[in-house]
Amino acid sequence: MIQLKGIHKRFDHLEVLKGVDLEIQEGEVVVIIGPSGSGKSTLLRCINCLEKIEAGEIRFNGQIVGMIPTEKGLVEDRKEKIAKLRSSLGMVFQNFNLFPHLSALENVMEGPVTVKKMKRAEAEALSRNLLHKVGLADKVDVYPNQLSGGQKQRVAIARALAMQPKAMLFDEPTSALDPELVGGVLAVIKELAEEGMTMIVVTHEMGFAREVADRVVLMDEGQIVEIGTPEEIFSFPKHQRTIDFLQSIL
Amino acid sequence: MPTFWDIEFLRIIFPLLLQGAWITIQLTVMAIVLGTLIGLFVALAKLSPIWPLRVFGNLYTWVLRGVPLLVQLYVLYYGLAQIGLLELDAFTAAVVGLSACAGAYIAEIIRAGIQSIDRGQKEAALSLGMTTADAMRRIILPQAIRNILPPLGNEFITSLKDTSLVSVITMIELMRTGILLDVTYFRSMEIYLSVAAIYLLLTTIFVYGIDYLERRFKII
Ligand SMILES: Nc1ncnc2c1ncn2[C@@H]1O[C@H](COP(=O)(O)OP(=O)(O)O)[C@@H](O)[C@H]1O
Ligand SMILES: [Mg+2]
Repeated sequence: MIQLKGIHKRFDHLEVLKGVDLEIQEGEVVVIIGPSGSGKSTLLRCINCLEKIEAGEIRFNGQIVGMIPTEKGLVEDRKEKIAKLRSSLGMVFQNFNLFPHLSALENVMEGPVTVKKMKRAEAEALSRNLLHKVGLADKVDVYPNQLSGGQKQRVAIARALAMQPKAMLFDEPTSALDPELVGGVLAVIKELAEEGMTMIVVTHEMGFAREVADRVVLMDEGQIVEIGTPEEIFSFPKHQRTIDFLQSIL
Repeated sequence: MPTFWDIEFLRIIFPLLLQGAWITIQLTVMAIVLGTLIGLFVALAKLSPIWPLRVFGNLYTWVLRGVPLLVQLYVLYYGLAQIGLLELDAFTAAVVGLSACAGAYIAEIIRAGIQSIDRGQKEAALSLGMTTADAMRRIILPQAIRNILPPLGNEFITSLKDTSLVSVITMIELMRTGILLDVTYFRSMEIYLSVAAIYLLLTTIFVYGIDYLERRFKII
């Protein structure tokens, strides 16, 4: 479903992605782990065209998206195409980025109403369902500043799901949470996985990775070091850098 | 020497001063409405990814904030008339001059307000598939407005007081009415204290109006 080939990305002189190849099948859950600064967030942001890549190609359902190759090199695709791609990819950020001037319900309704031009009544029904699904049926009218971190992140997940995306991208969804709130958010993501949602999840929650991931990817210094099943990565890591990383987080 | 604070004299000048004040109010309202529209446009130009718009926005605020309003009004009213390019009547020249200048300050206020909103807000909006314009309209501006209102209120009060400058281009508003009364009666203290009192009354009403708006936008 998502194919990455030779992705290169630099910020000024800092080469952050040095040729990343990765393919995600429909319905697959890929967990990306790796040290801080290794380019995990940047990779997700490139898939979502929040960053422009310098080389390589990103395909979504076979189509090249985002940066289109021309004689003059890679050129950013038309705005409507990029918006369309983004609306089929749900993005969940480490620090939630909920809209503070909107209630939980309005946060979730915002995408369907503004982007899909859905009728308010229809969007509201959909959004109430989604908030119910993430366990926040009683928080519909609450504003983000009155929600706990875990509740905020679950609203953010509902907000992304409201666009009925084809795949979800999670960037360390539980890293900003107090430990006791992590479980609730992971449970929601796990439920999505069981429903067959295609997902790329950047996380440091190794228990979750072991349990939910179809494949685990270890990134270091802008490259993929090792890809394998959770069993292969956690029990029989092949590369020294994987072993070092796993030891560092235990 | 005439008695100071002669009620009879105040009865003569007050109706005239209030007529002037009414013109001042009209000038102020037009200056802040048009100035806010200009300011919004120039602020968006300054933040635009399109470089000619950015250049325009930066030139606009650079020139209009860098040249005294008094000088701008002379150029607009006397300068343009002299070269026969455009002969504006005093009211039009006053409104154009005041709103163009207010627009430059308001543009800076709006730009700063927009830039104070966390980048993650725009990214979250874009990642839902919104256009940049939708993200601005639905997500960023509604949040920025709360940061924009307090300095915008100050700017409105400045605009009100700045209308006194258009007395130099023959616009008979509150200040000029005072000057004309003074050259007739030579009772400067009573006249200008009355003018001052009316300005103070107007700015006070403004402060309360803006306070009310600020409270209304502080939803959360
Ligand atoms: N907008 C940016 N400008 C400059 N450098 C950046 C930017 N975003 C990320 N980086 C740098 O790119 C590297 C990779 O960052 P990131 O993708 O966030 O890593 P990770 O998510 O794996 O911690 C880091 O060294 C970071 O400082
Ligand atoms: Mg990161």
